[in-house]
Amino acid sequence: MTLDDRLENVAIIGAAGKMGSGIGVLIAQEMARLKLKPENKDKIYRLNLIDISESALDGLRGYMKAQLVKRTEKSTVLLRRIYENRKDLVENADIINAFVDASSAVLNFTTDLNTVKNAHLIFEAIVENEKIKIKVYKKLKKLCSNDTLFLTNTSSIPISYLDEKAGLDGRLIGYHFYNPPVVQRLVEVITAKTTIEELENIGQEIGKRLRKKLVPANDISGFIGNGHFIRDGLYAISEVERLKGKYRYPGAVYIMNRITQDFLVRPMGIFQLIDYVGIDVFQCILKVMRTYLGDKTLKSKLVDKMVKQNALGGQYADGSQKDGFLKYERNRPVGIYNFRKQEYFIIEDKWKKKTDAKIGPLPDGFAPWKSLLMNPKKEDALSKHFDNLKKMDTLGAGLAINFLKKTKEIGEKLVSDGIANSSDDVNAVLTNGFYWLYGPINNYI
Amino acid sequence: MSFFRKKIYACAGFNTVSLGSGRKEFHPKKPRPGIEHYIKEAGLGTIEQIENPANIDEGVIGNFVAERFCKQGNLGGFFPIVHPTFQYKPCIRVEGACDSGGLALVVSIKTILADLADVILAIGVEIQNSVKAIYGADYLAAAGWYSGERKKGHAYFFPDQFSQRAGACFEKFGYDKIRAGMSQWYVNAIENARKNPKAQEFHNKNPELYATGMTSPNPKVFCEYINVFDCSKVSDGGSALLFASEEGLKKIGVDKKDAVEVVAYAQVQDNLTTPPPDLTKLSTCEIAAKRAYERAGIKPEDLSVLDVHDCFTIAGVLAIEAAGVAGYGEGADFIKDGKTKTDGVIPTNATGGLIGYGHPTGATGVRQAVDVVHQLLNKAEECQVNIHPDRPFGMMSSMGGNDKTVAAMVFRKTE
Repeated sequence: MTLDDRLENVAIIGAAGKMGSGIGVLIAQEMARLKLKPENKDKIYRLNLIDISESALDGLRGYMKAQLVKRTEKSTVLLRRIYENRKDLVENADIINAFVDASSAVLNFTTDLNTVKNAHLIFEAIVENEKIKIKVYKKLKKLCSNDTLFLTNTSSIPISYLDEKAGLDGRLIGYHFYNPPVVQRLVEVITAKTTIEELENIGQEIGKRLRKKLVPANDISGFIGNGHFIRDGLYAISEVERLKGKYRYPGAVYIMNRITQDFLVRPMGIFQLIDYVGIDVFQCILKVMRTYLGDKTLKSKLVDKMVKQNALGGQYADGSQKDGFLKYERNRPVGIYNFRKQEYFIIEDKWKKKTDAKIGPLPDGFAPWKSLLMNPKKEDALSKHFDNLKKMDTLGAGLAINFLKKTKEIGEKLVSDGIANSSDDVNAVLTNGFYWLYGPINNYI
Repeated sequence: MSFFRKKIYACAGFNTVSLGSGRKEFHPKKPRPGIEHYIKEAGLGTIEQIENPANIDEGVIGNFVAERFCKQGNLGGFFPIVHPTFQYKPCIRVEGACDSGGLALVVSIKTILADLADVILAIGVEIQNSVKAIYGADYLAAAGWYSGERKKGHAYFFPDQFSQRAGACFEKFGYDKIRAGMSQWYVNAIENARKNPKAQEFHNKNPELYATGMTSPNPKVFCEYINVFDCSKVSDGGSALLFASEEGLKKIGVDKKDAVEVVAYAQVQDNLTTPPPDLTKLSTCEIAAKRAYERAGIKPEDLSVLDVHDCFTIAGVLAIEAAGVAGYGEGADFIKDGKTKTDGVIPTNATGGLIGYGHPTGATGVRQAVDVVHQLLNKAEECQVNIHPDRPFGMMSSMGGNDKTVAAMVFRKTE
């Protein structure tokens, strides 16, 4: 069965979640593109968007409509060519509406898992919990034909383990999209030893069709993305523990968040990133990695405490950040969680100035992440930035240099442990999936 | 002999901020002022500089496509909001695509020459940020021939028209040379805009302008031969300028030394249903400039300042050739050699042009005239260039469509 055949009927399990909904948009558009080919005009395409509650599906309807429009607007240049024989479609608006209608026409929103029975390709993006995943895969195995292929969006659970427990006979591959899948170019592809060749090839082909950057990772819990991010986060937390005596707890979190954002020129500080992912998700991935890697250091009391106190981070439906380690207003940190008092310490100007003075100035000629993003000579600018940083003798510069070393060490260990095939793959995940301007394995340190 | 049967002057003049991406106060999701606001702000900014606004006889409003961007027609109806005494005075709206502002200047002058008025307030205005650029491209495509060209045209219709011109120039004169000229044009535009607080690129702090200008085109999402930095901005803005006869100047209490003389104009219309005769030339702009010089009795070398319609960097390159300051095929080198910079042979687009200041389409022609007038009056502040005593002339040339509708106007410093 070719990918084109399989794309006639696809199901997404956990379709209303952050990842499932994004994958839905991408696949719906690919189906619409196929349907527009003259040879496919009589075929019926169906994308079954399956989730457990009607209210979640209601939210999904709104999301799909908005995203389909947004993405179609961005592909109008190409679509004008595809629709060149449709004389009635003249303006961009005509063309965009037509393609959004075509993509919407394939969608089937449902809570009924039985709709998977005709699907030839299934994307699974449910909660990151191996027991629930295995239970669902067992059901799917019963409902689907024995040549249906499965792509799991797990970011940490070993693929061969899931495959074996659910008895999928190699019809499972790790296909880890990054959040949000409609925007992020990166997909980590985890081909397990068990994965059959046909699925491996289909995975490559889907990546090409969706114009994703595929990076291979080996089937070791956490893979590259979480393998790096989780350890980076734990290092930041250990620094907070070390600094909290001198700078108090809120001060230490503020300092490390600022070091990682400004001094390391990242899109957001490490604690804001943990909040963005969700502290409960962070805890859950830690647990999975601890279990499968047998590494007891993959644990954080602070994280456990935050989850217990229900300070969870995450995002609202519109993508804006929920309060976690930090409190947000318009996605900007305005406070820091104090777990003793169970309330947010509000960052006031005076306190901020005082703490910034302790951190010390940024290196000369500092340019923030956003301004370097579009700078065609960003490599030179970063070189200069880190050279200047190394010459400084301040709290901030010291912490930043140590962080840079640690982050490099984590990256190198992913290669030496056989999780990543090369430093380039590690760097590709961090630059594409986390929007870093530079990979962790670099010559700046 | 003078081209006009009587003396015509331009004075006062005001540009609003060109609002859009690049300006710190701009946020696409925040509410913004409407078209009536810009008409009022530009109009008031101008009449506040004179003693007797009640003696303004008429209004002319240049606007391209408010019916689509703002769902608003009958723009003349906003003239009375500028000043209470404008109630029941004549006002007409004129349209000629991106040359609508240029046509507003021309109509103002014609009315005065016809002895129907002594003082006219010309206003140009456009709102473009009301929709995303992909839909705005549809609206702006109306400057081309809809039934003959739109269907086969590109999603970004006008950028593509000029991308094709860039491609033709690359082929004829060599890629490196033309591309260097285009990128240098971008550098100059931003550097000049940084001196103009009203400019959309006023806040631009990019230290690598030339490298940015050289960004590779991405034909999958945009055009084949140009990048987004080669394009003028999506802008909201308004401009206004007063035109008066000698008698009119007295009526509004403006001294001749605070006005400049309009010595000639040429308005030229090409056939919208025929393709440009030569993609490597702005033939209509060239005719307009030649006629304007001839009518003014001057040569390009007599200009101290020039403002051309650089809706794209390649249009800037071709426009200075059309204006006769650089020879055919020599525009790119002329720019690369710094000859259009504010301290160069012929300071061009000293306030940023359409790429640096912005391009609120219907306002642009008026904005260009305001800036040339301010230069000749030595009122251009940070953007001021040297007006040579033996070269007391300035020219603006404004273009609508793909070199279809052009207005060129020559101004002279008063004695």
